[in-house]
Amino acid sequence: MSANIHPSAPSTPTPDTRHLEKSLRNKQSLFSFAMSAVVGILTLLALVPLFSVVLMLFYRGGKSLSFALFYELPPGPMQEGGGFGNAILGTVIMVGIAAAIAVPMGVLAALFLAETAPDSRLAKTVRFCGKVLTGFPSILAGVFAYGAVVLLTGGFSAVAGGVALSILMLPTVMLTAEEALRMVPRKMKEAAIGMGATDFQCVWMVLLPTSLPGILTGVMLAVARAAGETAPLLFTALFSNYWISAGGNVELMQPTASLAVLIYNFSGVPFQNQVELAWAAALVLVLLVLTANLIGQAISRRRID
Amino acid sequence: MTNAETMESTTTNTPQHDVVIECDIRELYYGNFKAVRDTYVPIHKGAITAFIGPSGCGKSTVLRCLNRMNDLVRGFRFEGRVNFLGRDIYDPAIDPVAIRRHIGMVFQQPNPFSMSIFNNVAFGLKLNRFKGNKEERVEMALRGAALWDEVKDKLHKSGLSLSGGQQQRLCIARAIATEPEVLLMDEPCSALDPIATRKVEELMLELKEKYTIAIVTHNLQQAQRVADKTGFLYVDTTEGSRTGYLVEFGDSDRLFEAPQEKYTQDYIRGEFS
Amino acid sequence: MSISQPPTSGQRTANKAFRLSTFAFAWLSVALVVYIVCMITWEAIPAFREHGLGFITGTTWDANTGEYGILPEIWGTLYSSLLALLIGTVFGVSVAIFLTEGFLSGGVFALLKAVHLQYHPLWGRLPEQLEHLLKNLVELLAAIPSVVYGLWGIFVVIPMIRPVANYLHEALGWFPAFGTPLSGPGLLPASLVLAIMILPTIAAISRDALNAVPNKLREAAYGMAATRWEAILYVILPTSATGLFGAVVLAFGRALGETMALAMLVGNANVISVSLFSPANTLAALLANNFPEAGQKEVGVLMYAALVLLAITLIVNIIGAAILQRASKNLEEVR
Repeated sequence: MSANIHPSAPSTPTPDTRHLEKSLRNKQSLFSFAMSAVVGILTLLALVPLFSVVLMLFYRGGKSLSFALFYELPPGPMQEGGGFGNAILGTVIMVGIAAAIAVPMGVLAALFLAETAPDSRLAKTVRFCGKVLTGFPSILAGVFAYGAVVLLTGGFSAVAGGVALSILMLPTVMLTAEEALRMVPRKMKEAAIGMGATDFQCVWMVLLPTSLPGILTGVMLAVARAAGETAPLLFTALFSNYWISAGGNVELMQPTASLAVLIYNFSGVPFQNQVELAWAAALVLVLLVLTANLIGQAISRRRID
Repeated sequence: MTNAETMESTTTNTPQHDVVIECDIRELYYGNFKAVRDTYVPIHKGAITAFIGPSGCGKSTVLRCLNRMNDLVRGFRFEGRVNFLGRDIYDPAIDPVAIRRHIGMVFQQPNPFSMSIFNNVAFGLKLNRFKGNKEERVEMALRGAALWDEVKDKLHKSGLSLSGGQQQRLCIARAIATEPEVLLMDEPCSALDPIATRKVEELMLELKEKYTIAIVTHNLQQAQRVADKTGFLYVDTTEGSRTGYLVEFGDSDRLFEAPQEKYTQDYIRGEFS
Repeated sequence: MSISQPPTSGQRTANKAFRLSTFAFAWLSVALVVYIVCMITWEAIPAFREHGLGFITGTTWDANTGEYGILPEIWGTLYSSLLALLIGTVFGVSVAIFLTEGFLSGGVFALLKAVHLQYHPLWGRLPEQLEHLLKNLVELLAAIPSVVYGLWGIFVVIPMIRPVANYLHEALGWFPAFGTPLSGPGLLPASLVLAIMILPTIAAISRDALNAVPNKLREAAYGMAATRWEAILYVILPTSATGLFGAVVLAFGRALGETMALAMLVGNANVISVSLFSPANTLAALLANNFPEAGQKEVGVLMYAALVLLAITLIVNIIGAAILQRASKNLEEVR
């Protein structure tokens, strides 16, 4: 047996070098080629649902899309026409309530994590809680808001829906804001402190303005997620066939419609008009969510430039 | 062209029977950046060939040409030829993987896999579908790398548990386990302390008996201590970019004692580094 | 006279108030999590007293007789999640490998090279741009609301797989997994859609894990004359195994808690069946369907079910996070 493992070349003047050539007959090359093909095909297949969803949305949703959808009220069974103006308004209001709760809370907690005491035990606990909330099932946010708001106030309401959504927004806002604050170069902070700024002045005049794009990106991503959530609204805001405002007053303590719940309610009915409306609402919802996402990404891209 | 003249004095352009790799780089690009030009180096069988030169002169790039490691860099483009066993390894018909089975490599940073010492060394055997006695081969390779006595009782322990110098010798053992014809070493001692460096240098001199070795080093004394042949590369900045090229090549004794080119003289005298 | 002055008392107060409020909100976010857990537990206690642990092994859910059990829901949750995880992992890890190991950019570059456009100021950027686009497209999968996936599942997935499923049932009905026909909603369509929903999670975390493998290990493998797939299978995947496992566990946590797609596609039937085509129910879907019209008594029972779901997801998520932490520590060693 030769000491050499390879079918090596003898030291003749013109050694045989065919074993150095590429060949698909070589088992390893063939295997490599086959595996690459499999992975490529699986990756393409993974994108099929995305294109299918988008196509269906534009095909079925776009078909019934009209201007009236945006200001009319949902139709009853067997009724023709109608729209989901109240659901769009409801979604906007509830996401607004959620943002009003989650953004200040998230940003201040992030300031604690990044500035006040980054390495304290409390900071570690807060980060852990943030991670727990990130993987928190959205339906349980609804269960919590049901117990904490609905049972307490005695009824389904936009506020309950907003509270449920705020729990889902909080971790995204908090963790991205912390990251954005940490991205601010140390030398900037040192410059401000070196000039005799108090911590608050340093944060207010240097840190927050510098990290604002990053924070806004997180907020937009959280808004996008919250706008599409259905499960936490099912039994907190419930649904309503009417406008949220009665005679000019916005009634935040009444059951409130939302696009997501409208899609859910109308998806399982046998009435053609309502099903078509569900598709149109899905198209509008996806466009809303994607817009928020794109804005968020555009902001973060500007930061990199 | 000055480097062509110096080459005439030491070697001829026709391949000699003891030249294993004949490397002739006309132009070498990364994207639109010309990294190396006009470099002709023969690697002699059973000898240690060293590449020296200031940082950024492309000596590692030249070394990585020899077993087509540069193929992994997207945008890499090569004009010239590298003959191995009389065949241009940049011929489109050639499989780069097959080339690397015959021309092994040891890197600047010790890079053992996160697996046991045994499996690190047996990695090449696995790739080559080696059916024989693996234990024997691994022991031979570890002995060859002067590491056996230090690790024989903990072969199942992670390769990462070793010290830096041991890790580098483990990487050498891994490379020689399949007995490649040529061993390329890219600054193998730059991440090691002086004692570990001395050990690896001694090892190189031992390995010379069985393998052909090409080494890149920024350490002149190291080249002087171990290399039979030395090539000096320098950076040409006249065209506005930094392109490396071979200034002088020859027997180490001759090159260090009587360098013929001014740049070589200056570099060896330590006027720049 | 210098204009430098010590901070005014107003500035001092503002500073103090600022520090205090960050502290307060940090505490508040911890308190919120504690409050959520406590509240759900508190509301579940009466039902727990009444039904005890038999609730978990009971198989009927009847508001009229007051008999409640969630074994079918636990079964359905685990079955659908594991099935989705299996599908999602195969695809998600494939996507991650495809993106990190340069298949796309390398392939496009080779194509451009064939037409000599690889350094063209516009075309030359195509490999990176396409890779970026693909990454964003996969992330886009995660941006689509689950209720839209549910709608799509009802009108696209179910009609599409029904003929296949029923053919399988007729031809291979003796096999337990094909034991029932697919009449509409069922475990298989629900799991398929669920797999699509967790795919971006798996792909993103796996991509991070693969990217974290130091390049010097790739070099070592290629330097040893490994082919691309030998490098991936023998070096890159084993080195990132812990991170990949963490990705799978976190995705499992996602799948367990996912509600809408399941509530719309799983059929909400209180049965335990091994058949892929049988309707079933999950914990989250049970909550979604029964909460809106629940009477006071049923709310307590539902809170109990919510507590079970909370416990399962919490444990899975914490395990997943711990594994990922471990993975990054392991990789520090390699570096």
